[in-house]
Amino acid sequence: MSQDFRLDNIGKVNRNKKISFTFNKKKYFGYEGDTIASALIANGVHLVGRSFKYHRPRGFFGVGVDEPYAILQLERNNERDPNIRATEQEIFEGLEVKSVNCWPSVNFDIGAINNFLKMFFPAGFYYKTFMWPPSFWYKIYEPFIRMAAGFGEASIKHDKERYEHKYEYCDLLITGSGPSGLASAYAAAKNGARVILAEDKPRYGGSLLTSDVNIGNQTGAEWSEKIITELKSMSNVIVKNRSQVFGYYDHNMLVMSERISDHLPKTQRYLPKQRLWYIRAKEVLISSGSIERPLVFGNNDTPGVMLSSAAKEYMKVYGVLVGKKPLIFTNNDSGYETAIEFKKNGVNPLILDTRKDPSSDIISEAKNLGIEIKFSHVVVAAKGYKKVKSADIAKISDNKKDLSNIENIECDCICVSGFWTPSIHLASQSGNKSEFNEKIDAFIPKKSKQKEHTIGSANGKFTLEETIKEAFDKGYEISNKITENNNKVSIPTVVEKKSTEHDKFWCVPLPKGKSYKRFLDFQNDVAVTDIELALREGFRSIEHVKRYTTLGMATDQGKTSNLNGLQLVSDIENKVVPQVGHTTFRPPYTPVSIGAIVGREVGKHSKPTRKSPMHEWHEKNNAVFVDAGVWLRPRYYKQGNETLFEASKREAKNVRKNVGVCDVTTLGKIDVKGPDAAEFLNRVYTNAWLKLPVGKARYGVMLREDGIVMDDGTTTRISENHYHMTTTTAQAANVLSHLEYYLQLVWPELNVNVVSTTEQWAGAAIAGPNSRALLMKLFPNTDVSNEGLPFMGYKEGDLFGIPAKIYRISFSGELAYEVNVESDFGNFMWEKIIDIGKEFQIQPYGTEALSTLRIEMGHVAGSELDGRTIPHDASLEGLVSKKKDFIGKRSLSRSAFTKPDREKIVGVVPLDKTTSIPEGSYIVKDPNAKLPNPKLGHVSASCWSVEYDNPFSLAIIKDGKNMIGQKLFAMSPLKNKTIPVEIVSSHYVDPEGKRVRA
Amino acid sequence: MLYIFCPHCGSRSQNEFAYGGDATVKRPELNKEISDQEWNNFVYLRKSPRGKHLELWHHISGCRQWIKVERDTSTHEIFKTYKADELTK
Ligand SMILES: [Zn+2]
Repeated sequence: MSQDFRLDNIGKVNRNKKISFTFNKKKYFGYEGDTIASALIANGVHLVGRSFKYHRPRGFFGVGVDEPYAILQLERNNERDPNIRATEQEIFEGLEVKSVNCWPSVNFDIGAINNFLKMFFPAGFYYKTFMWPPSFWYKIYEPFIRMAAGFGEASIKHDKERYEHKYEYCDLLITGSGPSGLASAYAAAKNGARVILAEDKPRYGGSLLTSDVNIGNQTGAEWSEKIITELKSMSNVIVKNRSQVFGYYDHNMLVMSERISDHLPKTQRYLPKQRLWYIRAKEVLISSGSIERPLVFGNNDTPGVMLSSAAKEYMKVYGVLVGKKPLIFTNNDSGYETAIEFKKNGVNPLILDTRKDPSSDIISEAKNLGIEIKFSHVVVAAKGYKKVKSADIAKISDNKKDLSNIENIECDCICVSGFWTPSIHLASQSGNKSEFNEKIDAFIPKKSKQKEHTIGSANGKFTLEETIKEAFDKGYEISNKITENNNKVSIPTVVEKKSTEHDKFWCVPLPKGKSYKRFLDFQNDVAVTDIELALREGFRSIEHVKRYTTLGMATDQGKTSNLNGLQLVSDIENKVVPQVGHTTFRPPYTPVSIGAIVGREVGKHSKPTRKSPMHEWHEKNNAVFVDAGVWLRPRYYKQGNETLFEASKREAKNVRKNVGVCDVTTLGKIDVKGPDAAEFLNRVYTNAWLKLPVGKARYGVMLREDGIVMDDGTTTRISENHYHMTTTTAQAANVLSHLEYYLQLVWPELNVNVVSTTEQWAGAAIAGPNSRALLMKLFPNTDVSNEGLPFMGYKEGDLFGIPAKIYRISFSGELAYEVNVESDFGNFMWEKIIDIGKEFQIQPYGTEALSTLRIEMGHVAGSELDGRTIPHDASLEGLVSKKKDFIGKRSLSRSAFTKPDREKIVGVVPLDKTTSIPEGSYIVKDPNAKLPNPKLGHVSASCWSVEYDNPFSLAIIKDGKNMIGQKLFAMSPLKNKTIPVEIVSSHYVDPEGKRVRA
Repeated sequence: MLYIFCPHCGSRSQNEFAYGGDATVKRPELNKEISDQEWNNFVYLRKSPRGKHLELWHHISGCRQWIKVERDTSTHEIFKTYKADELTK
């Protein structure tokens, strides 16, 4: 199969490797190294999409990141990858792509009727058209906009690709491997600096790949090849291709996305798809080059109209002709390079130069090659619908206002060059305020805000000699500052033919009686008339004009449209461009995959998973796990076909009747040590700590300064100056930070140290009337009698040769102990407890049974200590010392916290003793009251009381203390339930606390 | 992402730190009688200046030390960082 537009002896694609791919289900082939764009153009395909608003035919406009048209969707195995630029995506065997934004097909698109209705789609048409009536929104407007909008569909399937993150540090980051990037990287690397050189394209060299220049005694392309090879061999240099530095953030941190496997077929994917680099650079050199500016004329969006530099790159890099009857429309010398390249490949171009009588070496060369040139000529309008067929051209007057001699010329492509726009995006993102440069009619960076410099054409330097010299100097200067080395490399001589003068002309006037659409923003279909309308309607600020017309707001961020838009606004307003100013550039420079941003932190990897040392035992014994913060905890141990409800009831009952064991490893543990530890605890907790004897534990509550309960737990005095503090699982990290804050900043005079020991200890809570009998068998040499180890006592023991710590504390309200051993012995301890506990009918219990046990005892937990409650609300006021001061005490005397009807915890029992009350239900006096029904409070936790075999809940309600005995209602609008209830004491079981002391 | 110089560890990325608010706030002394107004000022009222701000950062994924950072809130420029026991009046 021959390719009509492929050239034989030119380009860098691999002719030995044919690659087939499909575009809109039709099969094509290209060569290894082709992009979708170059391969399709080689096959003569120019119609690839439809425009955003008018659904006009779309072809290719550029050859890289600036591409506004050829946005495709990659499809494979029902997976979709939208927003792919055909000019960047390389082809691989089996690649499937399709057009977007057209229905039913790119050739026949129903939406193109918008093009004929364009009087109804002026600037701001969304704001005007879809305003009225409001009832039309959901049924008519929104579906219409959704159908018409967008550049593809995101996949709804889980993205199975792997994305990596990498952190890197360097002396100098250089963004772009054109002449300035290469020269500065070389100079800096040779002087010992650690350099990262990033290139967004697959090939290094930038403009050197396509321009006809000499550096030293080599062509530009040869020179770049030599430099890049040497850089790659240096250990202090990282060179990356297919890598776009897209964001410049604070403190010289830049983010780069590296496309590692996007160009490879799936079968080779043992590599990540993309890698996101977070680079902290001491200095940054922005050498991102410049993007050619379009010229504005009638129907300038027709497929076949493209940037002249793109046409040249398709020839020189890909060996592809964009047309065989090219028209070159230029206001500067760049168009001549493209024309000469056409000529060299056997195609006769016609040059229309807006200038009257320019002269330079390259113009002479074009003339000598016999290329036809028409000076003072312009393209008035492109003709042809799905592809350029001809063009109306005309002579333009010296003042550029009047057209004459309009004639129609046959052509199949129009290559435009309206001079060059420096890519200042990264500099702008860094905070650099740019300034308008009259000479080049574009903005260039001004004063550096961060440690950044812009060099080469990105800085408006368009001669190679100037660029190379500046880049070598900067590379040396910066590296010298960092490394203090003095190895200077010599600067090569440069030969270049083109001059950098350009004609300050950008928009062709309309001929009399014609109303061609002249587009400024190709991706968002913003035409000259739209800007004119916006200004007529009173929009002045360029930021407002941008949002009203959507100029520069598409995924290409106006890379090709911004300056022409500004020119137009300033022309109409009779201002100069700098007065109009420009909109702010924000990251990302190019679209970035969400997957790359997320990296590997997806699904269960979005946070760490922490497991106790007994985790495997739980798994083997049918534990069903629940997330407790980042921990996995057994929720219940399933026997047979048990439900959660049945299993947790069985486990809780067994604790009340016999003995149970629960994995409490996840509790936060903090060692508090030092001569002032007691004094410190006395300030941290609401109750008194100075007199706690060694070998005793105490329950404590700590507040924030605003009086709200922060956490609770028991703390044990292990020895004179050593305390073992426990926190809730959820608050462990916050409590440690809180303690460190007071020790380091508020009371540095206290001689105390705190350190987290959560992971050092494995913990088992042994609870139930049989727990002491079991403990006596576990620790035969330790006196664990009620006298030897009383309630809130602490002892060290010997668990079959393993040192253990035994705390007699209880969360379940039963006679209970917590045994801690070093984590490595956790499983040993657990198996011993289960093994020896058999004769006492031991069963392991999970968090659900644990909740049941604590709820019916009225012990508070996270659902009551929810960041809104003070000690009084949780019936913990007895623990608040009146004598001493502590963190948050002063807040407790504020009026809202002392009013008589302050909320308080109560118990709630349904009158029918069978209907469970949903957590979160409101407690109300009258279920039929007018809405909003005044609520007394809410149900914080619910369980099935195993003691009384009926539902029981805790609630925090207004004036709770005086509500006991009242008949009220629990309402759950979510579950649509209204349940008559009685308010009882929150201490539903064993209110005197006899069992724990038994 | 900011690059913060920890006086104990050296320059580290912001994601190792937790922000801790205004470093100039002084907690009233324990056991001292103070008015509701004074207490409210301490607990709730903070200035939110544009420009220089002395603030606390906690090097939680590093040395666990609280440090003081003098930062410009609009440009993020960091002028100087201090140990917890510096700049105490
Ligand atoms: Zn540190």
